[in-house]
Amino acid sequence: MDKEKRKQKIVFWLFLAPALIAFMMVQIIPFGIGLYYSFTNWSATAQASIDWVGIRNYQQIFKDVQFLYSTIITSVYTLMNIIAVNIIAFSLALLVTSKIKGKNFYRAGFFLPNVIGGIILGYLWQFIFNRFIVQIATTAGVAFLQTSILRTPNGALLALVIVSTWQYAGYIMMIYVAALQNVPRDLIEAAEIDGATAWQRFKAITIPMVRPAFTVTLFLTLVNSFKQFDVNVSLVGVGPATVFMDRIINGTSLLALNIYNTSAVQLNTALAQAKAILFFIVLVVFSLLQVYFSKRKEIEL
Amino acid sequence: MRSKSSRYILEALTIALVIFFLIPLVLVIINAAKDNNEIFRSPAALPENWGNIWANITNIWTNPNIRYSQALMNSVIVTFFSLMGITISSAMAAWVLVRTKTKTSMFIFLLFVAAMVIPFQVVMFPLVRWFSIVQNATGIQLLRSYTGIVIAYMGFGSSLSIFLFHGFIKSIPLDIEEAAYVDGCGKIKTFFYIVLPILKPIYVTVLILNGIWIWNDYLLPMLVLGKGTAVQTIPLAVSNFAGAFVTSYDLLLTAILMAIVPVIFFFILAQKYIIKGMVEGSVK
Repeated sequence: MDKEKRKQKIVFWLFLAPALIAFMMVQIIPFGIGLYYSFTNWSATAQASIDWVGIRNYQQIFKDVQFLYSTIITSVYTLMNIIAVNIIAFSLALLVTSKIKGKNFYRAGFFLPNVIGGIILGYLWQFIFNRFIVQIATTAGVAFLQTSILRTPNGALLALVIVSTWQYAGYIMMIYVAALQNVPRDLIEAAEIDGATAWQRFKAITIPMVRPAFTVTLFLTLVNSFKQFDVNVSLVGVGPATVFMDRIINGTSLLALNIYNTSAVQLNTALAQAKAILFFIVLVVFSLLQVYFSKRKEIEL
Repeated sequence: MRSKSSRYILEALTIALVIFFLIPLVLVIINAAKDNNEIFRSPAALPENWGNIWANITNIWTNPNIRYSQALMNSVIVTFFSLMGITISSAMAAWVLVRTKTKTSMFIFLLFVAAMVIPFQVVMFPLVRWFSIVQNATGIQLLRSYTGIVIAYMGFGSSLSIFLFHGFIKSIPLDIEEAAYVDGCGKIKTFFYIVLPILKPIYVTVLILNGIWIWNDYLLPMLVLGKGTAVQTIPLAVSNFAGAFVTSYDLLLTAILMAIVPVIFFFILAQKYIIKGMVEGSVK
């Protein structure tokens, strides 16, 4: 029996080993190293030794005007994205679950942008904003569109929302579709017989029935918008310069890009690491709060 | 009668919206068949000569600045081996984690799941540093190599994959495995001959979720492989090229087209599985 147990143990670790080793190598150990390095003077340049500096990096974050600005525009971008993606996704979901023909084809069409990478999409839309729209507007004589909207900080941020909404709406749509299909038909038919209007049926049956899906979609759009990097890099980069708190700074550097550039451009990897840890904490708190409030709403109903 | 006409309106609206949604992709195709002057003159029109598209494609295929053929091969190699690594290692791990009911087993599973909340930004710089430390100590090439990036994807893909496999395996009755065991089938054989075939539906989901992510991923390859080095994936190659040839829209759009075509082709072939897999994977 003992021999049997030992054999069980060996099999356990043997089967676990490949995944666990890779997981430790790229997630757990770097996480530990990263936590430690955020308290040092780690730099992207060659250095003789990496020294402990206490909480200096964390103090520096709060004096970093660019980081403050990045936090603000990331929040604005996230909020706009959550609203745009979910409204469009939900409307599309209602359309492709209605009594029309060829639903699967339309679903696939709306979903398609989602399988293409953000980097590639960013370059594609850069052409549309910088060249296509400008050219069409010039031909048509529409003055305000003759300069690319990517040239101004607000325009560039709006462009980011447009592209990420285009990329993400079809995906979120499918989650709503799955939820809408679970709404029992007989419930709606019963309400119809009782004389409820389409709007009443929608408000009293459909919305409450798909509410659990909102928890998922809001969570996904929140987290994904907050972590946006690829489209940011390829569509607008750090963006046009702008003035904030009497400083000239980058207009569309969202948090993930700001963290990256703190190491890649400013070469201050320790500061970048401290920002990343803060980013992580904020993300966790946001997601927990969001799930908490959505769940509470679900129960209330 | 009323419901019929309202259905037609809905249908027309949906068709219009789908077309509107797909316009950006149409623009890529029609403008990849123009030269730069024609794009500047009339970006919305159909190309004067569709034959240009082959000239542009040949140009990108052989262009030393983008090395498209190599990038395509690298993307295929990296994606294929990472998927093999992720799916097999995660299925194996998930199986023993479900079937072993100890505190250690529970703890390891929770560790995998908890790591899903860690954003890549937190581990990306230390990862490169750690890889170079290991590389110097052992002599195993991890940075700028296939080995390193495949290990990286195995590590980052493991959390969600194990979570998905774990959920599925829990629902498989133990009897089947016990019967195999009584018949003298060892643990390893039981897994590969009995359990693995049952996992097929969830296996497809895990493949698709990870495959789309890895194929399109940009930041991880940029850090582990480096920009402009010998091993470049398609997103890296296109971004290098776009940085250098930002106003040659004909070539840039052709490069974009060639980057998109493999994905769209794959999507058309397996759209049912892709949509189902991607939605299922995230909702859980």
